[in-house]
This record gives sequence, structure tokens and C-alpha cells, in this order.
Amino acid sequence: MYQSFISYRGGRWFWISLVLCIGAIGVYAWHDLPQPPGGGTWLGYTLGTIGALLILWLTYLGRRKRNYASKLGTVQGWTSAHVYLGSSLIVIATLHAGFQFGWNVHTLAYVLMLLVIFSGFFGVWAYLRYPEMLSDNTGGKTRGDLYREVAEIDKQIMRQVAQLGSDMETAVASALDRTVVGGGVIAQLTARDDSQVMMPGQGLVANVRQKPILDLVVEQLSQTSHREQASYLREASNLLGARGRLLDRIRRDVQIQGLLRIWLYFHVPLAFACVAALIVHVFAVFVYW
Amino acid sequence: MSGKIKIAVVGSGPGGISAAAHAAELGVPHVLLEATAKHSDTIQKYQKGKHVMAEPNVLPLRSPVPFEQGSREAVLDAWEHSLGQHSVNVRYQARVTAIEGSKGNFTLTINDGEKLEAEHVILGIGVQGNPRKLGVDGDDATFIQYQLDDPDEFRNETIVVVGAGDAAIENALALARHNRVYIVNRRDEFARAKEGNLGAITAAIAGGDLQCFYSTNVVRVDTGDFDDKPGQIVLGTPSGEVQLAVDRVIARLGAVPQRKLVESFGVEFPNEDPSALPVLTTKYESNVAGMYIIGALGGYPLIKQAMNQGYEVVEYILGNSIKPADHPLLEQKFAVMPYALEVDEVLELMQERVPIFSRVNPLVFRELMLDSNILMPEPGEVVFAKNDYTNTFFTILDGSVEIEAGPDLTIKSGQGNFFGEMSLLSGRRRSATVRAGTFCVLIETPRRTMNKLVNSVDAVKRVLDETFILRTIQQRFAPSVPLEDLRPIAKAAKINHYKPGEVVFQEGDRADSLHLIRSGSVTVAKSFDSREIPMAYVAAGNYVGEMGLLGNSDRSATVRATVKTETISLDSGTFLDLLQKSPELLESMRDEVKQRTQQNVRLQADAASGDMLSFLMQQGLGEATDVLLIDKALCVGCDNCEVACAETHGGTSRLNRKAGAVFAHIHVPTSCRHCEDPHCMKDCPPDAIKRSPGGEVFIQDNCIGCGNCEENCPYGVIHMAYKPPKKPGIWSWLLFGAGPGPGQAYGKEEVPQGPDEQKMAVKCDMCLDLAGGPACVRACPTGAALRLSPEDFVDLVSTR
Repeated sequence: MYQSFISYRGGRWFWISLVLCIGAIGVYAWHDLPQPPGGGTWLGYTLGTIGALLILWLTYLGRRKRNYASKLGTVQGWTSAHVYLGSSLIVIATLHAGFQFGWNVHTLAYVLMLLVIFSGFFGVWAYLRYPEMLSDNTGGKTRGDLYREVAEIDKQIMRQVAQLGSDMETAVASALDRTVVGGGVIAQLTARDDSQVMMPGQGLVANVRQKPILDLVVEQLSQTSHREQASYLREASNLLGARGRLLDRIRRDVQIQGLLRIWLYFHVPLAFACVAALIVHVFAVFVYW
Repeated sequence: MSGKIKIAVVGSGPGGISAAAHAAELGVPHVLLEATAKHSDTIQKYQKGKHVMAEPNVLPLRSPVPFEQGSREAVLDAWEHSLGQHSVNVRYQARVTAIEGSKGNFTLTINDGEKLEAEHVILGIGVQGNPRKLGVDGDDATFIQYQLDDPDEFRNETIVVVGAGDAAIENALALARHNRVYIVNRRDEFARAKEGNLGAITAAIAGGDLQCFYSTNVVRVDTGDFDDKPGQIVLGTPSGEVQLAVDRVIARLGAVPQRKLVESFGVEFPNEDPSALPVLTTKYESNVAGMYIIGALGGYPLIKQAMNQGYEVVEYILGNSIKPADHPLLEQKFAVMPYALEVDEVLELMQERVPIFSRVNPLVFRELMLDSNILMPEPGEVVFAKNDYTNTFFTILDGSVEIEAGPDLTIKSGQGNFFGEMSLLSGRRRSATVRAGTFCVLIETPRRTMNKLVNSVDAVKRVLDETFILRTIQQRFAPSVPLEDLRPIAKAAKINHYKPGEVVFQEGDRADSLHLIRSGSVTVAKSFDSREIPMAYVAAGNYVGEMGLLGNSDRSATVRATVKTETISLDSGTFLDLLQKSPELLESMRDEVKQRTQQNVRLQADAASGDMLSFLMQQGLGEATDVLLIDKALCVGCDNCEVACAETHGGTSRLNRKAGAVFAHIHVPTSCRHCEDPHCMKDCPPDAIKRSPGGEVFIQDNCIGCGNCEENCPYGVIHMAYKPPKKPGIWSWLLFGAGPGPGQAYGKEEVPQGPDEQKMAVKCDMCLDLAGGPACVRACPTGAALRLSPEDFVDLVSTR
């Protein structure tokens, strides 16, 4: 019932792109000209025109996506076409260049285009792979739900440790307080845990995955002979464990959502750079050739 | 006050004020009695600054008291001013607790003590009801209140909240932020509360934010100095009496329904239905001569109607027979008809010609006609087509229509008959196409108006139900048998009502009847390893239980209502009669059985798909006609669906992608599912919520922003929103930075919220105006968003 953009309408755009590529390769192999293959032949011009129009059209997806009342196909159809026709550019543009590369603006345009395409490949892979992981990780809850659960557990933990003397209370409170989720780009994408805790006698130390504070509570638990205190400590350690697992899930959520988006920060600016280089390339060709 | 008054007006709402002011300007001895300290209690309780609308716009105002749309404050001020200007004799804090006597000689008891004599009584007390009191000694103490306007008004006080409903919980939670709060619950749990409130109060009690006394009642309230507090409350807890010194007691014990009070005055209601209206004459007089009923209590919820009635009633009491304010409206409505008759004559003719309306009281009928339309379709013109989602009710005043009920069944129906009752009663699509005959004059009555009539007039309900059963049996089982022959079978059929989750029949039971689902829907489940696994979903209009009946055996599955459901059941004897009358029925039923069996095989023994179907039903999709489902395995969370919704609907999204439950990657976001029998349409004062022939439930511009639909929707898909200003075009945004860009919203401070701005209800209209269809689905880049109808559920479930 549900179809991804890859299998949209039985992979209609895959077949269209395949025909386009095979056609281009066929004509390239068949045609026999006095001059070496390249942008200057009739085939070169034809393929170049097709490629340039394709690049402009591919860039236009950003506009179509925001044209919410548009009757012109669905965004899913456009995305499907974007992926397959975009991939076919590798063949079209390479044949257009006739395998002539050098240290010039023409090859720059070509390289930028490849970078856009390969960042797009990552995007396709991410879009196919991550949504399910995202949903599995949070079990259908939103990140807000998870944060609310953490806040609830925090309250319960503080109620337990309030009975355990000020040293323990301060340490646990600092651990809750100095819990860090996310941070910079790297921290988000690697799900790094920069949490800290103010340990009695040690000052501020790292509290990765809440382990040091949990160790402290467990340590206390093993030493206490007071029954009531033991029950508070046991409850606190259980809650801290649950809290740690919850935080792991939130970090994972941040990480996957980051991976789902990060490629766009390359794909889109590179696409604009590619269009700019393309304009220079076309201009240069017509003025200086 | 001493001496006899000509007119006593009870209740100072818009109707009461208008009546009293008119009596005052005519110099008639009168009194306006108000239970609370201020007039118009219901409107006083509107939120601050709420915009009050003056629907229906076409109806002229006839009252010495001004009324035009504006803020609640402006409206109330104008009335306040008018009360003074006309020197209305108004008495506040005068709750009428009893009325005895008869016309010319009524005795009104005020606050259980003082007596007042009046010749006529006008009741304009609305339907809100009076808050239920504590009912213990000292419950009139000044520190007890029955309402809480602004919880932030109180700080550092000790407050006891009495009650276990949503109002009590919400008040207690809000007060607990800055006060020491106790909540008193008569029972040992909060059984009546909404789920969200239940969770919140339980957590708050566990967290020590407030303290709860369970299984506790209030013994008495003492006034005096208790630890520097104005009083104390004495509670009877399971472990003995507890005395608490308090600053404030807030009792939220619900309201005493007005009906009981009104009945104690001698006014009769036609039946037990809570929505039934008292029977009134064309002059708004009740069965108690000299006692008149106006406004919401009489079934007229709009302010302007009530005010006009107040004016008219005073005229009637004085013996003047003026034409009602709506007279010109009816005149205009009837002008299209080929009769040279006066309005009243046309109304009489209609009641004479149409038997179903003949026993309706003329006032109710007049109101019905105000809401109805007169149609004069050309011969052959389609009145409605099969599978349309419209649900109005038609009566034939003149000429005839042809009902194409089946491929070989065309029924001609003539003057005085009605049609369209199937969709009216079931909320389902039209089951037949109806074409106009020659010289056809039809009365088209909206569903809401008709339902009001059905609930108030038993005779109408009975006729409609009987006809519904008869026509359904003919259409579904015996198209070739004339209606007359089916009458005994229809008589033997029963209408059954089921609550959500209730069992229609159980696996293993003796199969003794067949159920035709009239409204709602059911799941068919089989048990495997002592677990009930749903295997099929059956929507209204279809039947269940035929398998056992044909084989005359035991039930092979359990059938359960998914939502509030009504079925028509035929027992096996009756059904065999039917089979004899209509031999071809056996064939068609066998086909149906075959299909059902195939469907069962597809889902058989697959617990996962059964769980999925259960999940969908738990989300209330059993009553959906079209629902947005998101496949989480494809959704990248780009929010383009939500943005597309906002962008195509004046800047406010009607869809909340993040909210809603998920099961096996299928996510039911908070978005309208266009219910078969929409809850939102039930209580819309201006009747602004409509269903298009395609099934889309949408809100028209005459919404008055009352919020009833928001409250009535069990799925939380309607909300109230200000209309943001129009966005600039994409190029002016791109080049000149004008306004928010595509997909961006206006900031809160940029949306006008002045006194002239009104929050309106907004909901999904399935992009009725967009040629391409729902924008949410079309904007999804990955194909994660789909709109499905329940018929697709089996496919969805079996492909996952």
C-alpha cells in the first residue's frame, strides 16, 4: 500500500532514466566524427543541453516542494524523478565531456555536479534507512515525550535522594543538572555524551552515560546497613539506570535526525555552486570557443 | 415587593432582558429575576474579550435592547446600559426555586422563601443549569465558590477543591502551583476524568504537589476564625473526621440540569431524551397556560432569536398578534413556489400535505421551515446521487420523484412522501439516486434540524425508523418484493444499540439472527489461544451474522461494535420468510459469504495483522471515512505535510504530525478522519459545519467561534485559531524579505488579536478547494503520508 519514492509507480523514473542513459551511450558509441568526442560536437551540444536543462530542473525541486497548492504531480513523484534523472546526469555529463578533463572551470562544474549527486546518494540511503530506525528507537514517542519522561524521573530521583544526606543529594542533583544532550554538530552526529557530575571530593568529572553517579549510588548501597537508606538507594539506582537508557534513546534520536538532515547542508549549497559553475561554463564556451 | 405583577421574567439572559425591557418601555408591571449577581450569566462566563457573533445575519433584530456583534464586554455593557435606560425592574440574587398556580395567578418562590405573585411567567433560563451545592450545613459561606475564573488570582492560600470531575481536577492542578491544595473525592479513584487529567492528577498526588482525600465526603463548613483563616471544612474520611482551616473552598460538583427544575414548574417534555425540547405553541406558550419559554431552553440557542422571542412574547401576552420577526424570511423562501398563498397558509398546506409533519407542533414546524429550503428541480434533474455524502432530508410537497434504489428497482414516490431518511439516520452515503419528476416541489431539511425534530417528536422518530427498516430490507435483501409485502417482516425487525466495544454476538453462540449495521461499524474477531484476534472490519450498510444463519449453526466469530453502533436485526424465522419471498436473495447472500470467507482466509491466524486492526479501531477509526495515516518507516520528519496544510489554509495547520499513536510503524497523526456521523456537527449553533457530497466535513465562514465542535470532537482535531494576515508572494519574500517565506508561519505577535478579531474553529477540509486533492499527501516527498478509507484497512493490515 505504501510505496517509497524509490519504487514510486513501479520505478517509472528508473526506467525512464535507464532508457535515457542507454540511448546516450548508444548514440555516443555509434556516432563517428572527424573530431575527437567532446562538448563541441553536435552530440556534445545535444547532451550538454539536456544536462544543463536537467540541472536547472533538478534545482527547481526546491521550489516545487514549496508550491503547496500545485497540481503538477505529487512531491513524491518529483522526488522519485529527481533521484533517477539526477543519477543519469553522471552518464549524460561524462559523455557530454567526452572524457576530457582538466584543471579548468568546465571540469570544476563537472566535479561540483558529481559532489551534488553523491551527497544526494547519501541522502537517498539515509531516507531509506533511517526513518525506520528513528521510529524503532523512540517507539512512536516524540522527543518531547521522552524529555517529559526524563523530567518525571528526575523528580522521582530527587525525592529519593532527599532522604540520603546533603552530600549525596548535591552529587545527584549536579548529575541531573549537568546532563547534556546534543551540543555541536559532531556531538550530535556521534551521540557524544558531554554530561558531567560534581563528585564529592573530586570536583567536576565527566559523567558519561550516567555511569559515575550510578557507581557512586551503588557503592553507597553496598556500604549501608541502614534498611531504609538501602531502599532509597536501590530505588535511586534503578531510576538512574532508567534515566540513562532514556537519555541514550534521546541522543540516538538526535543523532539519526541529524544524519537525516546533515547531507542537505552539503547537497543544496553545492547544487547552487554547481549551477553557478555551469553558468560560467556555458558563458565561457560561447564567448571563448 | 408586594402586589401582583403582570409579567415575571425568569432569567436575565438576552431573551429575558429583551422581554423585560420591552415590558418596561410599554409601562407593563414586570420584574426580571436573576439568580446570580449579574445579568446574562452564560455570556458573563465567556472568556475575557471573546467575540460574540450576531448570527443569523439575515434575521432582523426586534428588541428595544441593542445587539450587534462585538466583544463580550461591549455586548454586556450595551445590555447593562439598556437595563438602566428602560428602568427595568431587575432583581439580582433572586433564584426562582418553585412556580405554582396558573395563568393570571402564578406564585413564584424566590430563594426558597419569599413569594411573588405574577399573572404571566416568561422562562428564559437557558440550558446551562445551576451549579450543584455542597448540600451540607454552612454551604452558603462566603469563602465557598462554585466557579474559578482565574486560578492565578490566589496565592499562598489553603484551598480545598471538592469534586472528582475534569473541572475539579483542572482547578486543583492550576491552584496547586501557588497554593496549598487539597482535593476531596467521594470515591476511591478519579473514574469520571479525561485520560490526560487522570494522569496529571495521579502524578500530582504521587508527587506531593497536592493532597487527596479519597472516599471522603464533606460533613459541614464552619465560618469563623480558624488559625487566622475565615473558616474550616470538616471532612468525613475513612479514618475519621478531619478538620481543615481553609481560605477557600471550591466546589465543582457539576450542574443541576434545567429540565428537572422546569418540569417541577409543570412544563412537560415529550420524552426522556436529554435533548428533547418542551412543547410550545406558535406563541411560545408551554403546556402550562400563561407560562412562556424562550431562548435556548425552548431550542433556540442563538442570541438574536432569543431577543426577538422576548419581544414577541410580551406582545402576545398583551394580546397583540404580531407577525414573528422571521416572517419576511419565510415570505422570501416561499416566493419561489407556484402558490398564491400567505406564509401561514403555506405552512398549513405543508403540514396538511406531508403526513410526517402533520403532527408536529406549528412553532416547531415554522422553525424547521426557516432552516429548510424549497427546491423546484426540473423533470429528470438529479436531486442527489448514489454514494453522495449529503444527509439532508426531503419531503415531497407536490409532484413526484423517482428513486433508483437498485439496478432493477426504481420506485416512484409522490406527494406527501419523504426520502433521504437513510443517510439522515445512518450518516452514511446516499444509497440511491433520486431524480425529480414533473412539477416537483421539494422541501429540503438539514440533518441537524431534522434530528432536533426526531428527538422531540416521538411520532416522527417512529415513522422514520419504520420506513428506514422497510426500505433497507427491500434494498438489501428483496428488491423485487413490493414494500407492502415486506411490512410484516419489517415489523419483526429490531433496532439494537451498542456502546463502543460491546459484543453484538459471541463466537460459539447459537446463530439466531442477522445484523444489518445501520450506523457505526464492527470488527469480526476469532479467538486463537484464548486471545481474540480481529479479522475483519465491517462498516455501516453491510450485514454480519449471515454465515451462521444460512448454515443454521453456531456463531463462528465474535462481532463487536468499534464505536457507538446501531444494527437492525432479523431473527432466523423472519429471515426464512424473506428467503421465500425473494429466492434470488439466497444466491446473492452466498456470494457475500464467499467474499467474507476469502477475506478471512487472507487474515487468518495472523495475530500481527489482528493487532494492527485492533490498534486502528482503538484510534477510533471505526467511524472514520477518510483518515491520514503515516508510515513511520518512510517518514523523514520534514513536516512538509503540516506546512502544506498551513500554506493552503490561510496559515493555520489542521494537522499535527508529531502527535498521535503509533503501532508497527503506522502512525495516526492528529488530523480529521471525517467521521461517518461527525461528533463536531452535533451542536453547532449557526449550523456552520457541513458535509460535502464527497464526504468532506468542513466549517463554513458563518462559524461564531463558540468552540462547541472543538469540545465535542473526541479526536482533538479541531482547534480555535485567529486568522493570520495574507502572506506576500514568494518573489517579494525572496528578493525583498517581505513577510514570512513559504512554509514559515507568522509570529504570534504578527497575528492580529484585537477586539474585532475572532478565533474561529479550524479543521481539515480534505482540501476541498484544491483540484489536486489533499495537500498533505501531495506534499510528502517520500510517500509516507496516505489518506485511506476504512475499506482500505484490510489491505493495509494484510500487506504489513
